[in-house]
Amino acid sequence: MNWKTTTAAMGLALLATTSLARADGELNIYNWGNYTSPDVIKKFEAKYNVKVTITDYDSNDTALAKVRQGGTGFDIAVPSQTYVPIWIKEGLVQETDPGKMENFKNVAPEWANPDFDPGRKYSVPWALGTVGVVVNTDAYKGPADSWGIIFNTPDELKGKTNVVPEMNDVIFAAIKYVGGQQCTDDKTVLKKVRDTLVAAKPNWIAMEYNTIEKMGAGDFKATSDWNGSALRQRLANPAIHYFYPKEGYGLWSDNVVVLKEAKNVENAKLFQNFIMDPENAAGLSAFHRYANAITGSDKFMPADMKDAPEVVIPEAAKAQGEFQKMCAPEIQDIYTKIWTELQK
Amino acid sequence: MASNFSIKHQPGFTAIAATCFVVLYLPIIVLVAYAFNAANSTSEWGGFSLRWFQSAWQNTQVIDATLRSFQIGAIAAVLATIFATMAALATTRTAPYPGLTFKYAAINQPLMVPEIVTGVALLIFFSRIKIFTGYSGLGYLIAAHTAFCIPFAYLPIRGRLENMDLTLERAAADLYATPWKTFRRVTLPLLWPGILAGLMLAFVISLDDVVITEFVKSGGQDTLPTYMLGQIRRGITPEINAISTAFLLLSVAIVTLFFFVSRKRD
Amino acid sequence: MATAEEVAKAAERRDVRDRWLLSAPALLVIFLAATGPLLIVLVYSFLTPGAYGDVKWQFSPEAWLSVFMERDIFDDTLSLAGAHVTIFWRSIKLAVVTTLATLALGFPTAYFMATRSEKTRDLWLFLITIPFWTNLLIRTFAVLQIIRNEGIINTILLKLGIVSAPVQILYTDTAILIGMAYVYLPLMVLPVYASMEKLDFRLVEAGYDLYATRFKVLRKIIFPLVKPGVIAGSILVFIPALGAYVTPSVLGGGKNMMLSNLIELQFGQGRNWPLGSALSITVMIIVMVALLAYVRNAGKSGVRHG
Repeated sequence: MNWKTTTAAMGLALLATTSLARADGELNIYNWGNYTSPDVIKKFEAKYNVKVTITDYDSNDTALAKVRQGGTGFDIAVPSQTYVPIWIKEGLVQETDPGKMENFKNVAPEWANPDFDPGRKYSVPWALGTVGVVVNTDAYKGPADSWGIIFNTPDELKGKTNVVPEMNDVIFAAIKYVGGQQCTDDKTVLKKVRDTLVAAKPNWIAMEYNTIEKMGAGDFKATSDWNGSALRQRLANPAIHYFYPKEGYGLWSDNVVVLKEAKNVENAKLFQNFIMDPENAAGLSAFHRYANAITGSDKFMPADMKDAPEVVIPEAAKAQGEFQKMCAPEIQDIYTKIWTELQK
Repeated sequence: MASNFSIKHQPGFTAIAATCFVVLYLPIIVLVAYAFNAANSTSEWGGFSLRWFQSAWQNTQVIDATLRSFQIGAIAAVLATIFATMAALATTRTAPYPGLTFKYAAINQPLMVPEIVTGVALLIFFSRIKIFTGYSGLGYLIAAHTAFCIPFAYLPIRGRLENMDLTLERAAADLYATPWKTFRRVTLPLLWPGILAGLMLAFVISLDDVVITEFVKSGGQDTLPTYMLGQIRRGITPEINAISTAFLLLSVAIVTLFFFVSRKRD
Repeated sequence: MATAEEVAKAAERRDVRDRWLLSAPALLVIFLAATGPLLIVLVYSFLTPGAYGDVKWQFSPEAWLSVFMERDIFDDTLSLAGAHVTIFWRSIKLAVVTTLATLALGFPTAYFMATRSEKTRDLWLFLITIPFWTNLLIRTFAVLQIIRNEGIINTILLKLGIVSAPVQILYTDTAILIGMAYVYLPLMVLPVYASMEKLDFRLVEAGYDLYATRFKVLRKIIFPLVKPGVIAGSILVFIPALGAYVTPSVLGGGKNMMLSNLIELQFGQGRNWPLGSALSITVMIIVMVALLAYVRNAGKSGVRHG
């Protein structure tokens, strides 16, 4: 092959890749990957004649860093509740006042006025979830409703247990396990946390995110995980169960906000209102597999989610759930040091 | 050359090369095979099916991301290779001159920092420009990719140039060929394998990049790697295998076609 | 009238000027889209971390201090930053082993390709790059499918009765090495091939005429001639391998941090951008010094001809 044909080939490849049409109304959504139901988006596009573009992120910190720098072209983002106050404080979001929107009446009362956004001036609930323990009950039959599965791994699960490497979640769990409070500055508790983590690590096979596959294929027999992921694992293998640790487990929610630099504010507001509709909220849940905060959405939910123990928190476990908070920077610094120590 | 004694032979080399090719293609075969998996996972085989091709075909997000990857990769690789070739010509076959070491270090600099750092630095820098100019197109990604592809194209070209014979070029110059003609007719053909190797490397490196792209991209500018990065937490489906397979086959078809066309003409 | 010396000087000046012009586009792009913005990082390394990421515009040497020293979180004593040293060392070891492995595999492969007939060489070049037209993540996942407990290797070993239980390869150092060698192979093969392709086999023939053994020919004739390619390849493998983390975390299980994980932690969940900046500048300086020393050294002992 000589240089002419190579150039021609490259040129052709280029031509083949330049296309894409544009619509009049637009909406640019910045969301976690694989989290946005294509069906609900299609419905929104059809209803309002708007072209929706979805761009992915993979962590709250990346999303925050990018939006803070600005110039991204996004209209909407979906930060977790721990981050929402930062977004508000740093002036990254617009006061769209979802509390006054038409569909707001559907938001369940316990979600209508959360601490992270009093009066719902900025955000609309997208998904709700928990962080707990997943165990393959074929491999381990004992009691599993404890962080002990992770931090004091039973013999049957040694070398078969995974930990999802989400620093704040893992340290939250370890603090609960040793009997402390989240974001504590009590050095004796934090020291216990570090020692517990370091002692537990040799029993873990891995620290990775890809749990749905690996639990399904049997590479892992237990893992710390999010509830929606646990649901998918159980549907693939009925022996896999999700447990709410009795020491206390984390609750989280992701929330739709409209960015200050948004160009399509009206469409963004329409979208906020749109997803508070019960049928649409159920549509989102059916895709991302997490619960939502919209009353009346149950009747549109897929059958396998309606009474799923992963989605509907059992009465007995409700009391131990606790909203994860953003810790003070000094505490976060200690978390990072413990984490570095753990993974060095 | 005696037929029973090949001077090119080195014991074991062909065996290692053969192993190398087998090992290189084995994972690709697995990748392609799982594209035809009926099951939901990339780890368990659930029978033959085309469902993932069908679902990938309908997933505009993944198709756009893949096309965008190739588009950025092709433009960045070509630009990087042109710039790198010029730079390589300027930094080889000469007595040391002021700034030579500086140039060498500067050209290789993008190699030397972890991607995340370049990513963050570019995020801060490009965001200012995006806000100032209001332009947020693919240009930023192409510029960033071109920059970090340059050392990858530069090093093989430089390696090729380093001890390339100057006699032919001198001869051409003696025959009153213009510098451009000398370059086109003498230097370029001699240099071509190095350029091709550099181009291929640059293209591959651009296709692989995830961290810098993640930080630089604006709305609607996901590439296949950043799309996959977003998916990892929630499990990757054979859809990715299907789309990769489709594009792999397409690229192979294009390459084969051009290979035969160029052979016929030669 | 100008003397011959002056003419020569002027020609030399012109040559240097042309060389600057020729390298200008590459330098410009790199300055705008890589090196220049890194100055921001340099500045950041001397600032105070912002409460939730980013920085506060307030001078602080703390970041640089904590690159090398660490204050114990529990008894407040200062000591050498042991965790950082461990992580640096792990990444350096991996990069060295990966470079050697790709050289051992890549050199013979490049030699094989370069000794094919002229017409088929480009074909071989494409054959070796095609597997890499799928991105790094996909390739790494494909390797994972092969080495996992239910993967091809274990299935074959079990079927043949060589082992009675699957061999745990995944999540071991071996898995990381296999993956790294696989992923970085073209970065070695292509530069070596590029300088081997023009190998003058008359020199090799001369070697044999002087009764050199095959190994001696390889070591004394072929290797010195393709040295620039080997240098380029080693640089292209070593430095990216030093910063690798996708392959180590997917195949090694992510229990132990690599250099890039440590830096990424500071820009992500750790929210200590100054420390992340200081760490990366440290890496850059180490690599830059090592690279220049290596190139200078290798250049000196290399054979010059032509």
